[in-house]
Amino acid sequence: MAASMRLLVRRVLRLSHRNINVAAAGGSGRSGCCSGSSSCRCFSDATGDRSTHFGFETVPETEKAKRVYKVFENVAQKYDVMNDAMSLGIHRVWKDMLLHAMHPQPGVRLLDVAGGTGDIAFRFLEYVQSQQERQKRRAARSTQTPSWQDISTNYSTEDKDGPQESKAVVCDINKEMLKVGKQKADSMGVSAGLSWVVGDAEELPFDDDQFDIYTIAFGIRNVTHIDQALQEALRVLKPGGRFMCLEFSKVTNPVLARLYDTYSFQMIPVLGEVIAGDWKSYQYLVESIRKFPDQEEFKGMIEDAGFYCVHYHNLTGGVVALHSGFKL
Amino acid sequence: MLCGLYANDVIDSHNLPTAAVCVHQLHSSPGFTDSCYDGLYPGHIQTTPIQKALLAVGSGVAALQNPYRHDMVAVLGETTGHLALINLRDRMKNDPEGYTILTERPRIRLSTLDLSRMASLPDGSFGREYLRFLEDNHVTPDSRADVKFVDNEELAYVMQRYREVHDLLHTLLGMPTNMLGEVAVKWFEAAQTGLPMCALGAVLGPLRLNSSRLQSLFTSLGPWALQNGRRSRCILSIFYERRWEQNLEDLRQELNIEPPPVILSAANKRST
Repeated sequence: MAASMRLLVRRVLRLSHRNINVAAAGGSGRSGCCSGSSSCRCFSDATGDRSTHFGFETVPETEKAKRVYKVFENVAQKYDVMNDAMSLGIHRVWKDMLLHAMHPQPGVRLLDVAGGTGDIAFRFLEYVQSQQERQKRRAARSTQTPSWQDISTNYSTEDKDGPQESKAVVCDINKEMLKVGKQKADSMGVSAGLSWVVGDAEELPFDDDQFDIYTIAFGIRNVTHIDQALQEALRVLKPGGRFMCLEFSKVTNPVLARLYDTYSFQMIPVLGEVIAGDWKSYQYLVESIRKFPDQEEFKGMIEDAGFYCVHYHNLTGGVVALHSGFKL
Repeated sequence: MLCGLYANDVIDSHNLPTAAVCVHQLHSSPGFTDSCYDGLYPGHIQTTPIQKALLAVGSGVAALQNPYRHDMVAVLGETTGHLALINLRDRMKNDPEGYTILTERPRIRLSTLDLSRMASLPDGSFGREYLRFLEDNHVTPDSRADVKFVDNEELAYVMQRYREVHDLLHTLLGMPTNMLGEVAVKWFEAAQTGLPMCALGAVLGPLRLNSSRLQSLFTSLGPWALQNGRRSRCILSIFYERRWEQNLEDLRQELNIEPPPVILSAANKRST
């Protein structure tokens, strides 16, 4: 079939050209920056240094990662405060909805890419813990009259996390963001089942078939080659594993879209300047939202990477979209 | 050229220069990024009137909550000072020395100051006293924020000059950098420049002083600062960089500034 042939060709080419900056061969049809977006300024097809977008600016691909790194390095300390201020706290609802859609059971391994300050990982651990308690309560209700043996075994296993320990791995390319996340974990007293790893979404430092769930929340639009990130996601997931992506997307309602645009471009950089002292980083963030493909296009990209049963769900009228796919 | 850098390529005829290209889609976004500056001057950020208003309010609140956020005080000054800056610029233009400053655009930075030469100047000279002020109060002229939100290149320079002259003003007025000294300088600046940010600082600064200092401010320092602010020559019109050898008292007389009524020492820095 054409799709799988294309995938195979692309994988072979990617493996052979992995460490060369410029893809001299024109075989790899679509790259991250030319992913069908008609407004994308991708000047070269196969030859020459490739350029991509950085917000509304056009930069060489090699530059983009560095500049994105700089942006997040600058905003790391105030990242959470700014999220609350910019979204009026609604980002918490979005992340909670991601967890509800995920509905993780105890024993599941999560990889949160671009997880930076750990919001998804903390919620995951909390959810799994409450699931575990629920299961225990259910088990307790079903054994109405426990024997002394049962009671004593219960007491001895209470302190352990149980045989099904859930693990969350937070992976981020930016050390500052991870630092902030670790500080949060320390102050919350959360440490069991949590690890912090520095890594690039386009080249994850994990073996194949490792994780049950892969999430990336508000991070994938900052990746230079989105298709590579998707392929890496496919690789590290176990068969049956789920890919979930929370990202800003296109607002369908025109009235809401106007309001949203005005708010984004007038208010958010001002908030960035006043709260974080950094106008330009937040200008980049609102511009990068406009350059990201819309819901249907992104769904197509996820399918191209090899995921099945890809669906998306709009939150807040399309301001945010939750995409989900499975590795079979 | 690029050809040498890559293995087997031909750069075709797109007009891609070697430096980063700043191509902008015309969009509702008013912002520019800084790799090759697109505003009117390096560091300039274009803003709409709504954004300026939001910035003024936001920075005012932020500065009140945390007076150590000098960048917020700076932003407040830039967003509210348009008329005052025009007034200042016109005063500078009408003064021959001020006109020279507007054309030559000198900047006061550690890199442009010849510190060893200034240290060798006699006591009582402007340069020597300025250096002494910097040392006693542990300040440096390089800590001034760049101007970002003024939409006229000349006015942006006037604003920048005002910021850089602030330390020199401390020396001229003989005020240290503790709270009382800063408030006194703010009163002088408010009377001189008419910048709303100075006026705001002048009104709110005294709220953080204890009663004995408040008394000193209202009875002697304050009236002195206001009077001299009104009658002195425009302090932005002085080419300080060429007057390091001048005696400080002479310079004060030339500018029509009386010596301070109370001698404040830098040792009072910690206790407000």
